[in-house]
Amino acid sequence: MGALEASVDRASLFEFALRMGDNTLILGHRVSEWCGHSPVLEEDIALANTALDLIGQTQMWLGLGGEIEGKGRTADSLAYLRDAAAFRNLLLVERPNGDFGQTLMRQFLFDAWHLDMLKALERSADSRVAEIAAKAGREVAYHLERSSDLVIRLGDGTDESHRRMQAALDDLWPYTGEMFLADAVDAAMAEAGIAPDPASLKPHWQAVIGEVMGEATLTVPDSGYSHKGGKRGVHTEHLGYILADLQFLQRAYPGAKW
Amino acid sequence: MSSQWPLWEIFIRGQHGLNHRHVGSLHAPDAEMAIRNARDVYTRRNEGVSIWVVKSADITASSPSDKGPLFEPSNSKVYRHPTFFDIPEEVGHM
Amino acid sequence: MYAQMVKTDAKGVKTLEEMSPEERAFQERVDRGEKIEPKEWMPEGYRKTLVRQIGQHAHSEIVGQLPEGNWITRAPTLERKAILLAKVQDEAGHGLYLYCAAETLGVSRDELMEKLHNGSMKYSSIFNYPTLNWADIGAVGWLVDGAAIMNQVPLQRTSFGPYSRAMIRICKEESFHQRQGYDIMMKMAKGTPEQRAMAQDALNRFWYPSLMMFGPSDKDSVHSAQSIAWKIKINTNDELRQKFVDQTVPQAEYLGLTIPDDNLRWNEEKGGYDFSEPDWSEFFEVIAGNGPCNKERLGARVKAWEDGAWFREGLMAHAEKHGKRQAA
Repeated sequence: MGALEASVDRASLFEFALRMGDNTLILGHRVSEWCGHSPVLEEDIALANTALDLIGQTQMWLGLGGEIEGKGRTADSLAYLRDAAAFRNLLLVERPNGDFGQTLMRQFLFDAWHLDMLKALERSADSRVAEIAAKAGREVAYHLERSSDLVIRLGDGTDESHRRMQAALDDLWPYTGEMFLADAVDAAMAEAGIAPDPASLKPHWQAVIGEVMGEATLTVPDSGYSHKGGKRGVHTEHLGYILADLQFLQRAYPGAKW
Repeated sequence: MSSQWPLWEIFIRGQHGLNHRHVGSLHAPDAEMAIRNARDVYTRRNEGVSIWVVKSADITASSPSDKGPLFEPSNSKVYRHPTFFDIPEEVGHM
Repeated sequence: MYAQMVKTDAKGVKTLEEMSPEERAFQERVDRGEKIEPKEWMPEGYRKTLVRQIGQHAHSEIVGQLPEGNWITRAPTLERKAILLAKVQDEAGHGLYLYCAAETLGVSRDELMEKLHNGSMKYSSIFNYPTLNWADIGAVGWLVDGAAIMNQVPLQRTSFGPYSRAMIRICKEESFHQRQGYDIMMKMAKGTPEQRAMAQDALNRFWYPSLMMFGPSDKDSVHSAQSIAWKIKINTNDELRQKFVDQTVPQAEYLGLTIPDDNLRWNEEKGGYDFSEPDWSEFFEVIAGNGPCNKERLGARVKAWEDGAWFREGLMAHAEKHGKRQAA
């Protein structure tokens, strides 16, 4: 294990691991809802691969969180036994699936941020963080390749696919700003060299989005308004229902082994 | 029905340096997507493979008599392998 | 089975003497264990029967995603969730391999989908039953996949090359499915009293529908006789059902669960278990559309297809535009 940097407090590092792990947990959950219901078999299989990667990453991030916290909680107990207010994911990832275009647009907007974040984390001062980021980064590079290509193709496809993708972008855009907003936890992480300042990821993300939307013939909204709250546990109504599904068995039969 | 994606034949070279071999087919709108779909469908994203795709319609075949292809599942998803699950001997073969 | 009661158009199996020279040469190749490949001559009845059988099998795989998919979002641990998702994803893959095998016979996947959606092609009766508790996911893997494997292992030797190759690939993946099911059952059967009760409840509900998967007795069926002669069916339904019961009873005993059949007992003379027949009137009702979940299952497939039309068309339109641009 990398020496737990004396300069960063355990609570902030724990918080950071939850943010990473809750993002992948909730997005993986959403994506897994498509299994058996996608527009074509090839996509059904591809999307399940994305969800499987995200679940695997959740196990790593929340596992690390439990280790940092040091109170004996595991990835499973963190995933299955916290209530909504203790979740730290971005609001973007809990947005409902909508049509397949909304799901792909949400994936693309997240993947573009996720990959840059993981690349930065590969240089983390905490070797455990760097290690997870390196493994996850290889998977997410592929997620981004897929999602960006599909956004381009559907944006520049038929009139209907163009209309749906533009609607998806307009709908999700106000949930993207939260990715770049920093709070005290982010400041502590940046200070200790564990994670990048979220704002520093914005220019490249914007460039990627601009390039892809240009090819997709889609218009990036000029609204700068951001919904926020996920990172500190103030969520949309959707998260409660996700957790009701996700946590049902663990809550209904406390202590049972599965 | 007119919008059905064309059928592609998929050939994969694994990590052991053998020739590309036919593993099956799938549908995709163009070659680039056929390659990506092949990666997701036929390799479950095992690293280090090379994939060829050919439109089925472009293949000229003699009377075929190939032997069946085998398949190496991805190594990173251990639970896909039957041996991941311990089944007691008393239960018998599964 | 995943393909149940497949008709052959046969009025009776012809003897070699009654066959035309082409039919006879074909039958002799099949008898020698040679594989028939798509471009080779084959009787029209053989082709049609295969399209029906492989198509029904493929439909069963993708409709079969639904009862298990019902629990993906509620799986009790991250590992169970990943395993279940990987398994249901495999089923999509199996459907894909089988549709491709059917396509070599000159029918498109879209045509087969259309026939599934309008009810003119069927899928296995088993997938019209609901998954009501987590142990059902165990029972489906253990019993339903177990029953499917009984049929699929011999089908690796089927006479039609593409079908045989698809079955080889599928069987490699299917063993993981049955074992993960049994693994869930072991956890449940050895767990809390509530978990035990769920496990028993799952076995109670899935036992007879699993026996029905093999289809009614076909020892007098001309369709089965013809299919067996063509080696697109390897065993009779009764043979497979007996084999399944003989294999499953000790597995249930190991779990400490009770098979819901008072007539179940070992028959030394035949070297197998005697057991009760399922209620075949229920089977025919389910086939006719009156199972507990027929409407939901077919409805979900039709919805996925119709809601996805714009996506498939959008990608095709892009590929056509892009291809033209490159060519220009």
